[in-house]
Amino acid sequence: MSDLQDLYQEVILDHGRHPRNYRVIPEANADAEGLNPLCGDHYHVYVKLDGDRIADVSFQGAGCAISKASASLMTSAMKGKTLAEAEELFTRFHKMVVEGDRTQAERLGKLAVLKGVCDFPTRVKCASLVWHTLHSALHGEHKPVSTE
Amino acid sequence: MSEQVAGAVEEARGLEPFDVARVRREFPILAQRVHGKPLVYLDSGATAQKPQRVIDAVSRFYEHDNANVHRGVYALAERATAQYERARERVARFLGAADPKEIVFVRGATEALNLVAQSYGRANVGPGDEILVTAMEHHSNIVPWQMLAEVKGASLKVAPVDDRGVLDLDELERLIGPRTRIVALTHVSNALGTVNPVRRVAEMAHARGAAVVVDGAQAVPHLQVNVAALGCDFYVFSGHKVFGPTGIGALYGRASRLEAMPPWQGGGDMILSVTFERTLYNRIPYKFEAGTPDAAGAVGLGAALDWLGTLDRAGVRAHEEDLVAYGAERLSSVPGLQLVGTAPEKVAVFSFVLDGVHPHDVGTILDREGVAVRAGHHCAQPLMQRFGVPATVRASLALYNTRDEIDALVQGLGRVREMFR
Repeated sequence: MSDLQDLYQEVILDHGRHPRNYRVIPEANADAEGLNPLCGDHYHVYVKLDGDRIADVSFQGAGCAISKASASLMTSAMKGKTLAEAEELFTRFHKMVVEGDRTQAERLGKLAVLKGVCDFPTRVKCASLVWHTLHSALHGEHKPVSTE
Repeated sequence: MSEQVAGAVEEARGLEPFDVARVRREFPILAQRVHGKPLVYLDSGATAQKPQRVIDAVSRFYEHDNANVHRGVYALAERATAQYERARERVARFLGAADPKEIVFVRGATEALNLVAQSYGRANVGPGDEILVTAMEHHSNIVPWQMLAEVKGASLKVAPVDDRGVLDLDELERLIGPRTRIVALTHVSNALGTVNPVRRVAEMAHARGAAVVVDGAQAVPHLQVNVAALGCDFYVFSGHKVFGPTGIGALYGRASRLEAMPPWQGGGDMILSVTFERTLYNRIPYKFEAGTPDAAGAVGLGAALDWLGTLDRAGVRAHEEDLVAYGAERLSSVPGLQLVGTAPEKVAVFSFVLDGVHPHDVGTILDREGVAVRAGHHCAQPLMQRFGVPATVRASLALYNTRDEIDALVQGLGRVREMFR
């Protein structure tokens, strides 16, 4: 049972229940949609860029506790970051969750609570969906992101 | 004695009262533990498990009889062809078709629906015509019709369902108009378990000259189907949902319809003669079976239907009805659980949502309890929208499931509640 508790840590459940930055940014100058056609998760990410700095970032949508917590933690971590810093976070998060490199966790702050996800291969896409979506928003790709 | 009669006699002789414990022992996969807990497999709506007889039939075919069908003059080819055609006869008998030539082997229900849309549909649907489906269709009984409608300038109409997941027959009848060419509906809803009154819909459609296409994928594992009694023009199902192998399924088409239809895919086996100037097509059903078919799959499907034929179907029905009633009662007692799909006529499919917990999370936690369910939109997104939910948890049962397994599901849901307190 321990690995299940590793996945559903209190921080994750809290962010899933009370997601931070769960709103639309009316003056957003970048946004993107992400969906997982297999489970129906569907998110919209909004970004307000000030030069090359992420002045504000938010999301809305529907999905499981893992995807929502990931969105909540990601938006919290990304606020105030430069595009280069954001890119580094993308890479580290991807290494931790998708490739299972747990050593990344110590450099990821609060995002480290998502490290248990890599033990649940069917749930990795839940955690990574909003990250792909933000990436798409920042790179001005005007097509909804899909996990498939 | 014809094979058909011989089979019927065998069926009448072999009946012993249905005993779920004995039936379970025929499914080797069910005896395992998952995450240290006994496997509770509640996803038969996605794919059913296979009895040893089916697994053996497929192995035996490859070990002793494998050859390409309809092509060789040697002993193996004759045996392989005979077995493949025997499987076709078995499917015809299973569905109550008048003649085995009315059975076309396909990869599954999805391919069968695409075949009907692309062959019958292209020949019979024109600009301004209408195709009627229901709000509870699987994507495979929506998208092929949309593709056809787009090419032909036709339109898709949708018969609604009520809050219990029951088809609104009055509205359906009203929607069948002079331009309706095809009425396509599911016999049993994959996401809700609702059993539709196909016979009445067929009468309504035929009164206005529309052809009736029935998706039987979820019906054949539970109901005894007779296409003559249903009065439909086409009936499709997948082998893997009725305890057979994946990759094989069948299309039943009334002979007069199939004969009038153009071929769908071109290739070997579907022709009588080919020159660069002109090709003559084979007779039905071969006209629709281009390329080397999944002969081993067909043999496995035949074995699955033979196996079903040895069961006391009245006993199976009673057992499944008990699971429907017991499951509904037990799940209704779970705090915060809402069943989606409560039709009075339904099979043992329980779709539900749990207050404050996403179905995907429910699925992961249940998995750790050994309980396998489906979480998602069940390839029926329009239906999910109708009920205002992005997804549901679905426990879909088969004849090998037990009351104890429903108890394990309910206990697992208690565990979900603990985690998400």
